[in-house]
Amino acid sequence: MVDLSTSPTSARTASSEEPLIKAVGLRKVFPPTKRGGEPFTAVDGIDFELRRGEVFGFLGPNGAGKSSTMRMIGCVSPATGGELSILGMDPRVDSSKIKARLGVVPQEDSLDMELRVRENLLIYGRYFGLKRAEIAARTAELLEFVQLSDRADSPVEPLSGGMKRRLTIARSLINSPEILILDEPTTGLDPQARHVVWDRLFRLKQSGTTLILTTHYMDEAEQLCDRLVVMDHGRIAAEGSPRELIERYSTREVLEIRFAPDGADRAAAGAALAALVGTGERGAVDRIEELPDRILLYSDDGEAALAAVHGTGTVPVASLVRRSSLEDVFLHLTGRTLVD
Amino acid sequence: MTSADLYPFSQAPITRLLLGRRAFGSMGGGKAGVLIERNVMVYRRVWVAMVSGFFEPVFYLLSIGVGLGKLTGAVDGVPYAHYVAPGLLAVSAMNGAVFDATFNVFFKIKYAKIYDAMLATPLRVGDIALGDIMWAQLRGLMYSAAFLVIMLAMGLVHSWWALLALPVTVLIGFAFGAVGMAATSFMRSWQDFDMITLALMPMFLFSGAFYPLSVYNPQIRVLIEALPLYHGIDLLRALTLGRVHIGLLWDVLYLTVMALIGAAVAARRLEKLLLT
Repeated sequence: MVDLSTSPTSARTASSEEPLIKAVGLRKVFPPTKRGGEPFTAVDGIDFELRRGEVFGFLGPNGAGKSSTMRMIGCVSPATGGELSILGMDPRVDSSKIKARLGVVPQEDSLDMELRVRENLLIYGRYFGLKRAEIAARTAELLEFVQLSDRADSPVEPLSGGMKRRLTIARSLINSPEILILDEPTTGLDPQARHVVWDRLFRLKQSGTTLILTTHYMDEAEQLCDRLVVMDHGRIAAEGSPRELIERYSTREVLEIRFAPDGADRAAAGAALAALVGTGERGAVDRIEELPDRILLYSDDGEAALAAVHGTGTVPVASLVRRSSLEDVFLHLTGRTLVD
Repeated sequence: MTSADLYPFSQAPITRLLLGRRAFGSMGGGKAGVLIERNVMVYRRVWVAMVSGFFEPVFYLLSIGVGLGKLTGAVDGVPYAHYVAPGLLAVSAMNGAVFDATFNVFFKIKYAKIYDAMLATPLRVGDIALGDIMWAQLRGLMYSAAFLVIMLAMGLVHSWWALLALPVTVLIGFAFGAVGMAATSFMRSWQDFDMITLALMPMFLFSGAFYPLSVYNPQIRVLIEALPLYHGIDLLRALTLGRVHIGLLWDVLYLTVMALIGAAVAARRLEKLLLT
């Protein structure tokens, strides 16, 4: 496999324990958009550290402050308050030096539509001051990696959404970045295209690239992230590995039940279900979350919980037992779902 | 490895020559050359699209200079085509630069998001602003050179001073391009661009490209002399007609100051727009 990982500097400093990114009390406040309006606090004092070689995620719904955080790390948005150190440097002072060692995959592909696929990588490398011969060699490697070699001389416009995203990923790797920043890398892609992107990101992870990504897909976070923070309303609600978070904030299994849309059955079932909470018996329900379309019952034994539900005389139109996911963690921490 | 090692072109003499490192301060400007590389890459394939810019002033010259000139007789002591040609050269330098710095830049900011991608790299806003202004000037320079050759072929050039007309068209283009880009940074929608047409149209018609300012009363004359296009026309006409005098330095100073202020405002405004 080609060496997609990172520049020689990463080897040189690998022994040091210094985090690659360190944020303390980081804040981003946008001024009011209209006269007399309120300023908007997008990021409200967050602390985190990124360690070399890990995949670190920001999980949260739209508007949680994830993209604002990514833009501050990418040195394209000045922090309003707090401290931010990237690769040991201050973005206010050394933004160009920092950016020379970062790779960025923005939320919206910002490919150069006036250039061909290969040219996009070529000119991007030039923005980094790389030599043409060096870029040409790397371009071939990267197009191979994202499975676009056969489209090298194609215009960008006709590429599918998944191909454009892969091209953006290839472009972000042109300078052999020490940290790759991905802002919602698979949002807007169809399931098949998402899996291809995940596969490529997983390979990058395997080759030792440090990744920092935002997502509102819990399966994405669970598949890729070694460690993540759950973000909501500009704050960090929890931090840990996906497994730790699930163990800490949820039960092993979840029973989902649905009722007919008229709502009568559901209203009747409310009190009966509440009686199942904390009984201490097998199939006992830890807690209940009511969502508009279904009710979630958290239990270490979902099947036993379902039997208990039936035992109360409640008859849902549909039921499903599944393992707990980060979605449940998020729901527990914020009372809301990730994707509305 | 420092960024200085990575970027030999940060020392690019053309940037220093045009603005100096200081003009953009911490906003960069030294790596503007890659913007030109990018544009060359784009236009290499669609060079035909660039040809139209050459014909516009030539058609004006043939229609107004030669055609209308048959009726007017001598103006300011020379045949009308000789008089009007440098005026048209100045107008075309202005129009080309303004078009590039307004419509094209607005499109790149609002729709193509090209600048956002560039800012994820070590490029800074100053590099981008300066780079795209410089690109517009390079294009303009080619048109101006071609127009001067045509003037020469038609016998409209009176002096070797005319060689200096080339750098002067770049100065005119830079001044208008920089101010145009600064103005673009305030635009909210395409409708706002009517303001630019509104500013350019009267300047084009009344700044002395077509007739001497002596037709005006003194008050209007002062007003016209305060406009930038007048200074460009004054300079180019003096050079192609070989009527060089020390007062032309005032024209040069006017346009230089305009270029520097425009570029500084453009870079600062773009920084506000792009680095949010």
